[in-house]
Amino acid sequence: MYKLSGVTKQYSRGKETVHALRGIDLVIEDGDQVVIQGPTGGGKSTLLQMLGALDRPTAGSIEFDGVDIAKLSETKLTRLRAEKIGIIFQSFNLIPTLTAQENVETALAPMGTKPAERRRLAAEALESVGLGERLHHLPGELSGGQQQRVAISRALVKKPKVLLADEPTGALDEGTRDEILALLDGLWKEYGLTFIMVTHDSHIAKSAPRLATIKAGQVTITDQARQTAPVSY
Amino acid sequence: MFFTYLRRELRRRKKAAIVISMGLALGIALVITVNSVSAGMSQAQGKVLQSLYGLGTDMTVSKAAAAASSTSGQPRFNFGARDDSKNQSSDRVMVQGFETLKSSVVTQVADQTGVKKAVGGLSLSVIKVSGTFDRGTFKQNQSAGGKPGGGGSGAPQGQVQGGGADFSINSFSVYGTDVANLDLGPLTSSKITSGKGFTSADTNAKVVVLDKSYAKTKKLTVGDSVTISGTKFKVIGIATADSGDSAANAYIPLQRAQTLADSKDKVTTVYVQAADSKKISAVKTAIQKNISGTTVTTSADLADTVSGSLSTASNLATSVGKWLSIAVLIAAFLVAALLTSSAVNRRVREFGTLKALGWKSGRVTRQVMGEAFVNGLLGGALGIALGLAAAYTVTAISPTLTASLGSTAGAGAGPGAGGGGRFGGAGGPGQQAASKALKIALEAPVSVNTIVLAVALAVAGGLIAGTFGGWRASRLRPADALRRVE
Repeated sequence: MYKLSGVTKQYSRGKETVHALRGIDLVIEDGDQVVIQGPTGGGKSTLLQMLGALDRPTAGSIEFDGVDIAKLSETKLTRLRAEKIGIIFQSFNLIPTLTAQENVETALAPMGTKPAERRRLAAEALESVGLGERLHHLPGELSGGQQQRVAISRALVKKPKVLLADEPTGALDEGTRDEILALLDGLWKEYGLTFIMVTHDSHIAKSAPRLATIKAGQVTITDQARQTAPVSY
Repeated sequence: MFFTYLRRELRRRKKAAIVISMGLALGIALVITVNSVSAGMSQAQGKVLQSLYGLGTDMTVSKAAAAASSTSGQPRFNFGARDDSKNQSSDRVMVQGFETLKSSVVTQVADQTGVKKAVGGLSLSVIKVSGTFDRGTFKQNQSAGGKPGGGGSGAPQGQVQGGGADFSINSFSVYGTDVANLDLGPLTSSKITSGKGFTSADTNAKVVVLDKSYAKTKKLTVGDSVTISGTKFKVIGIATADSGDSAANAYIPLQRAQTLADSKDKVTTVYVQAADSKKISAVKTAIQKNISGTTVTTSADLADTVSGSLSTASNLATSVGKWLSIAVLIAAFLVAALLTSSAVNRRVREFGTLKALGWKSGRVTRQVMGEAFVNGLLGGALGIALGLAAAYTVTAISPTLTASLGSTAGAGAGPGAGGGGRFGGAGGPGQQAASKALKIALEAPVSVNTIVLAVALAVAGGLIAGTFGGWRASRLRPADALRRVE
């Protein structure tokens, strides 16, 4: 699935050059669940951006299903994100003016799904995370946990191959955190996804099947209790 | 999705939407008001010019008046004193401006290239003096000498008592109309509101059409008669000037006017209609070149001589008004663009998220432009409503403006000078140029073109703002969605 070779990312901050990633080599198989942990500023989010085709590396290659996404055009990257990659954000990143159902529909809009079909799929996705009764609620009317469930529905409604999560429980209390983690774990297995999660929570890191520790732009991979989800595609 | 998202965002950013729309509305309302007031000014100027020329006249040909000597041409009235206190009356008919053209000039002008029609007219000024002129009575002094048959000087001593004059002066203007060509000339700017107008059979008839105001002042109606220089004319019609100000107090057939003024085959003004309104300048040049000694005045020349509050307001509307509306529009466009751009800045994470979800830049840009476009349309609708209300208010109030015309004396002056069609109560003999103040009620008509312009401006405002915002949005990176701090 993912094969990263010598991935380097530098960017300028004023006169200073920041080396966010320094020649990372990493292989992630289909159905893997990988947790990326590291200190703040260590390059976790930058690595997630590379994996999610949100940014390009300064050097190196990122192969996704045998294609170097670093060399893809902007249009192809956009299509890749629309069809194959689902992303969950720490702050949920829901559109505040759209209802839960409409927020989920935003993931289907770029795929050209017809409105009626879009509404049906979005409602199903929300029911699958226990929000069947909250379809027409605005994000502001939902709790943090519920908002993250909407975000999860939005990421999964298009049936992606990869689910990327950037600190998905960072804004939640402990009880809700466990609830969301259990939900994600269940969905990973149910959907047969490749699941990559960034966290600085050592509790989550300890229980991860594969742990990628990133520090000063370099990554070390540890197979703690590696298992893969039954890939369904 | 597009419309749902659009509607919700506009509702969420109601304040910004109102500010953007109001700014555009103000600019557009100003454009409509200035445009309609300018159109009203042009209309008012047109009315002023029409009151001189009548409808359809593109230019006039006249002979420049020579400077009058101190006494020449001034009317003289001779009255003999009488004993019986009987009313005496004397009137003088003079050609207005004293300079006439031969009637053959009308044909010459009509034969020029580009001339569709030429009609001659004779402007007259009539001054009528009437009253009693009594002789005084000699009263002999009883105490002093001079006894009849006595010695001494023998001349009676005494003094003249009583006698004197009590008279009034009535001056009015008369226009000799070519009754065979009634579709050109000053009378075309009036409508017959009582009785009937001239017909081609009235060539030498003793008939007169009176201006409504003059008829009212003199308490004359259809069927009455007016005596001019001993000739009795029957009033056949009352004419009401469209602009409220007529070219003359009385209209009589041209031939009769020529007889009255002892100006056989003479005219003062030739009214010319060009075949092509775009070639007026060329026709003017041709006439001036081919018919020497004439002054050709076009309506454009005459418009330059308009002064007074109409002229001032017109200048204000076209200069200050135009620049003010342009400045307000530019400011409104800038405010709309800045607010849209700033709204995009506040929504970096939102748009970044959509891009991360696979939305193309074009789709995000369209969403931003759509919002700005709707703001523009709202501003346009509001601006049109405000502009129409302002124009309606101006029309309802109908502020009165004054316009003074043709006060320039000497050769080359407009029809207000010399042989032009400017006459009336204020213009008396010996006066080189009669300037006249007209009062015109200002209206502010809103044309379809103005509305189309307003809609175009609204769309342009929306698109300019949307382009700014859309450009900002299209440059956002999807990675911005991962920024943790908004």
